[in-house]
This record gives sequence, structure tokens and C-alpha cells, in this order.
Amino acid sequence: MARKLSFRQSINEALAQEMARDPRVVIMGEDVSGGTGSPGEQDAWGGPLGVTKGLHSKFGAARVLDTPISESGFIGAAVGAAAAGLRPVAELMFVDFMGVCFDQIFNQAAKFRYMFGGKATTPVVIRTMFGGGFRAAAQHSQCLYSIFTHIPGLKCVVPSSPYEAKGLLIQAIRDDDPVIFFEHKMLYDVEEEVPEGAYTIPFGEANILRDGKDVTVVALGRMVTLAMQAAQALAKEGIQCEVIDPRTTSPLDMDTIVESVGNTGRLVVVDESHPRCNMATDIAAVVAQEAFDSLKAPVRMVTGPHTPVPFSPALEDLYLPSADKIAAAVRQATRKAAA
Amino acid sequence: MTGSIQTIVMPKWGLAMQEGTLTKWLVAEGAAIKPGVEICEIETSKITNALESTIAGTIRRRIAEEGVVLPVGALLAVVADRSVDDAAIDGFVAKFNEEFAAAVAAAGSEAPGPQSIDVGGRAIQYQRAGEGGIPIVFLHGFGGDLNGWMFNQPVLAEGRATVALDLPGHGGSSKEVGDGSVELLADVVGGALDALEIERAHLVGHSLGGAIAATVAAKHPQKVAALTLIASAGLGPEINIGFIDGFIAASGRKDLLPILQTLFADPALVTRDMVNETLKFKRLDGVDQALRTIAQAAFPGGKQAPRLRDRLAGLTMPVQLIVGADDRVIPASHAAGLSGNVKVHTLPAAGHVPQMEKAGDVNKLIGSFGPAA
Repeated sequence: MARKLSFRQSINEALAQEMARDPRVVIMGEDVSGGTGSPGEQDAWGGPLGVTKGLHSKFGAARVLDTPISESGFIGAAVGAAAAGLRPVAELMFVDFMGVCFDQIFNQAAKFRYMFGGKATTPVVIRTMFGGGFRAAAQHSQCLYSIFTHIPGLKCVVPSSPYEAKGLLIQAIRDDDPVIFFEHKMLYDVEEEVPEGAYTIPFGEANILRDGKDVTVVALGRMVTLAMQAAQALAKEGIQCEVIDPRTTSPLDMDTIVESVGNTGRLVVVDESHPRCNMATDIAAVVAQEAFDSLKAPVRMVTGPHTPVPFSPALEDLYLPSADKIAAAVRQATRKAAA
Repeated sequence: MTGSIQTIVMPKWGLAMQEGTLTKWLVAEGAAIKPGVEICEIETSKITNALESTIAGTIRRRIAEEGVVLPVGALLAVVADRSVDDAAIDGFVAKFNEEFAAAVAAAGSEAPGPQSIDVGGRAIQYQRAGEGGIPIVFLHGFGGDLNGWMFNQPVLAEGRATVALDLPGHGGSSKEVGDGSVELLADVVGGALDALEIERAHLVGHSLGGAIAATVAAKHPQKVAALTLIASAGLGPEINIGFIDGFIAASGRKDLLPILQTLFADPALVTRDMVNETLKFKRLDGVDQALRTIAQAAFPGGKQAPRLRDRLAGLTMPVQLIVGADDRVIPASHAAGLSGNVKVHTLPAAGHVPQMEKAGDVNKLIGSFGPAA
């Protein structure tokens, strides 16, 4: 059944199907319903970009909770509810706001299973928007998944397409550990065939989108689409890229990446984050350690620069990785080998 | 002049196929070809296969470059007699490409996709193609779906009605399989024929689908005009249970690839996308349980439970069995010693899915077998 859904719709469907399947699943966040406590229509808003629209009318106010604008409050509540037996999906609008509730996430949710000797689980999902290109300026455009990947006890998911988003979100909700689910805001209107039934995509298994013998290109989130565009252009020049989407940065499927680099001998990592201490540097380091003998050229990284994301549209476009920048990095990697 | 110019275009192998890549030319410019000659290798999102010519003539121009993705219907090569001059061929190519580009722009994607009907409370997905005559009804095997007939259904649908079904627990059908027995699955197929208002059909069943087709034929002989079994289950106790168990257990690409390769005489035919599509199916809620239930009912203790040899002997409609000589799932030797009413064809250099590996041969055997109308 060739049915297409947008990234936004597939997340909404994943939430609706899991809420229907499991009464312990509740949603909370700023305006996830919209209109609570005020006259007029409830369920009008469905989150800042309409992802949760319609869920309030399906599941009611007891399971779709508008919260005050207090991330430290409602993320803490979600973590506590998870520890007490619910399976909350909290929406923290922009990952840029995560700073006000780091304690709840880093020092509480991430630590419970470990510090209570495996007797406690914290099945909370925190959905959050990330990434540039939305003309939303420096405080609403960061990537930041690397920061969460750094913390043991958290799982980090960075879906790259509607099919991936639905299966990974259902997996996140059924997972017994805290999961941070990163949604690139420029992907919401991307459409793809998505099965109607519920399905899960396991964490820690990278997706190989394209086979190639010349260069391994690893990309995350929206960068996957750009990497595929670059790979298509490069194929016409006779350069075959193997494009890998890790899907989750924690756990991270380094086996697939190392195995691929073993075949290609070259690696380009595309990460929209700032260039220091990000997924690109992390993946490059592991490859340097595990596959040094296979490398025929220096590892190349395509990232944003070490500055805040600019508000000027012209500068923001220059700031972000692009298919052209990825293709240029791949050419560099292959030229070095030929020399 | 153009009347004697013929084309070879990107084939449409299955309704899901929208584009393909010509990975390798197998004929040179100037080569004489005839029907059945392998022209080139085409990689689709499912599988790589050789494109066989249906026409005779001389390859005058190879248009498609190796490694480039092209839409279905795009011009791959021009075939014409040596007497046709180059200018006429150039003109033909330019006109074809211009018209093709316009047609692509106008058409969009309007191919009718699969549909669903209710059979005794279960949603059963099916794909129709072609019209007229006694319909050919395709039943896939364990873990398969209706897309597995992509090299067969479109070809056989030229001039004849065909329907491919997704069995319960598979593809887009309900994942509720009851006790998972061949008897139950056969009852669902019988019910689907009724629901689709198919009075008589040429049933084509592969592997477990073969056992199901034979059971339908035995229980409802009036519904079955002819029976084609391909690498069928139910003809002997042995089965490569490692394939069944491995298919169920595989949760990732690395586990599944060697399992799927077991299906083919040439393991290189399995593409990354074939693995991905199978994983997409296996990830659906309910599939794991459905597969376990069916496997437990059909292959308890690693042996085949269905016993169909006696049932085949009692059938009065035409019956044929097609097996691949290199089948690594069900031994080809199960084709030996069947009752005389079963016509047996053993295809060399084919594994458990000869309808993919030797599609041309299998299509001829199916198309020419039994009453067509």
C-alpha cells in the first residue's frame, strides 16, 4: 500500500499507535495540546509545529498534558512519572532550551538504572527539535546531540526520514531507558512511504543507504539526504560512495562504519554540529583507532563552523553543510589517495 | 524507415518498480540478438537480474550507460536491421527520448497499487494485473509477499488476468494466522478466491505457498483449473530448518543477508535493498509471532508436516512441479518419484526461487500450462 506520510505525520502516527496500544504512554509539553486553561478550542495547536495535533481529541486531557513554560518542571515530572511506571513522551520544543533541565536529564534520568543497581527503569522519551536552516537564529538552531551522546545512561536517536522516524520513535517509547529523540525541523514536510501498522527499528544498527567501494560517507539526520545527493552527483564522476546513517548516536553502530572503511579506505563524516567534540570527531577517532591500517587518505569532516548559527539567511546558508560541500570533501579524500 | 527500428527499454519488474540501473551490458553494438538472449543486467530496488530480449535483430545503438539510474520505459538500446542508416536511428532516438520525457512528465505515478479485501475477518492484500481468461493466482512462500512475483506477474498479465495474494501473516495482509496450519491458510486462500469472484484459477504456489495451493486444489478441485508448484513444500520431510529459524531470528542486515542468499543458486543476486525490504516486513508488529506460529505448524521439529504426495496423485486437473537443481532450502530430490500425473521440470543453475532466478523459463512453463480460457 503505497501510502506516503510526512515526517511530521509519521511521528504523530507513532505516538497515536503507541498511546492506543499502551495506556501508560502519556504526552506532555508546552502546547502539545494547546489551549489548556483558556476559552476557545483545545487541541488547536499540537506543539509549535503541529506534530501532536489531534492527539488531545483522541486520547483526552489526562494523557495529553499542556505544561507551563518550565522545562525544569515538566521534564522533571516526566522523569519521575517514568520512574513510577508511566511511559511519558515529553516534548521539549527546541533542544537549545535543554540547558535549564540538565540536572533532571543528566544527573537523574540517566543515572537511576545504574545507581539503583538495575532495579529501576526510566522509560521516558524526550522529543526535541534541532538543526539549522529554519531562519530561527542562534538560540533555536543548534544540534547538540553530541552533548547527550556523551552521557552514559541516555540513548540518542537522530532519524533521517519519515519511515525511520516512525519505527525509531516506537522503539524509543517501548525502550526502558531514557531516550532523547532529535527531530530536524527542516525534515517535517519531507514525505516517504510509511507502513500503516506499527513497527520498530532497533537502536544501534546503522542503515546503509547506498553501496560504494570508493568512500564511506557517514551522515546524521537531515545530512543523510544531502549526503545521498552528493553521492548521486559523484557517481556521475565515477566516485562510488557508501552512505551510512547511524540512526542512533548512542548506542552507536561503529562496527558497520569500521567494516565499511575497511572496504573503502576513505571516510567523510557529515555532522551539522559545531566542529569540536561532535559526532564527526568521535567517529573519526574510533576509525583512526580501529581501522588505521585501512585508511588510504586522511579522514574528512564536513561540519558547521565554531560559531553560533547566524540569523542572516545568507550567512546561515553558508554556515550549514551542503551537498556541494560534502561532494568537495569526498573529492579531496579521493584525490589524496590518487596522488 | 522507422518501422523496422525496435527498442529495448527499462523493464517494469513488478508494480513497485519505478526505476532501475543498467549495471552491465551483456551484448556489444553490432551484435545479432534473438528472443531469449540476455541483453544486460538490471539492478532494481529488489534484485539484480538479466534482461532477456523478446525481439530479434541487430543491436545498432547502446543508449544507456552502465551505472546510471533510469526510469521504467527509458530507452536502453535500439535494434534494427543493418540496412537502416545511422541518420534514421539518430532521428528515432531523438524522437523517442522527446516523447518519453513528455510522457513521464504527464503520467506521474498512477499505477494501481495493491488492494485489500476482507476474508473471514482478515484483511488480505492482493495485486491484480491483466484481464481475461482463467486467472493465474500466485501464492508466495514463507516470509515472502506478492512482490516476489515481480518478474512473473507483469509478464503473464499480458493478455490474461492475474492476482497475487499476500498470505496471512505476510506483506500487507492481517498478521493474525490462527493456528498457522497449511489447512487454515488454504481455507483463507479459498475464501479469497470467492471474495474476489474467481470461480476457477490456475494456482501457482511457491514453497509453503505450493503446499497451500495443492491443499486448495485437493479440497476444492472445481476451483482449480491447473496447478503449478514451484520448489514446493509438502513433498518430503526434509527442509533446511536453519533457513526457517535463521529467517525468523534475523533482526539486522548482517544476520539476514546470508539467510536470503540461501535462496539463490547465485548469492550475488541478493541486493542491499532486498535485505532492507525484508527487514521492513520483519519489523512490523505481529510478524514475528505470525512467522513463528506458521513455522511451528508447518515444520515442527525441523521436519515438514504437510504430506501432499498422495493428495497430488488424486488430483484430476493438470499439475506441474518446477524445481531448481541447486535448491538449498527444500531438496530438489523431492521431485523424484511423484505420481505420473505431475509433470516435473528441474531447472539447472537455479535455487529455491527459480521464478526469480530463471524467470523467463518459469514464465514460459506457467503461461503454456493448463487451460488459458
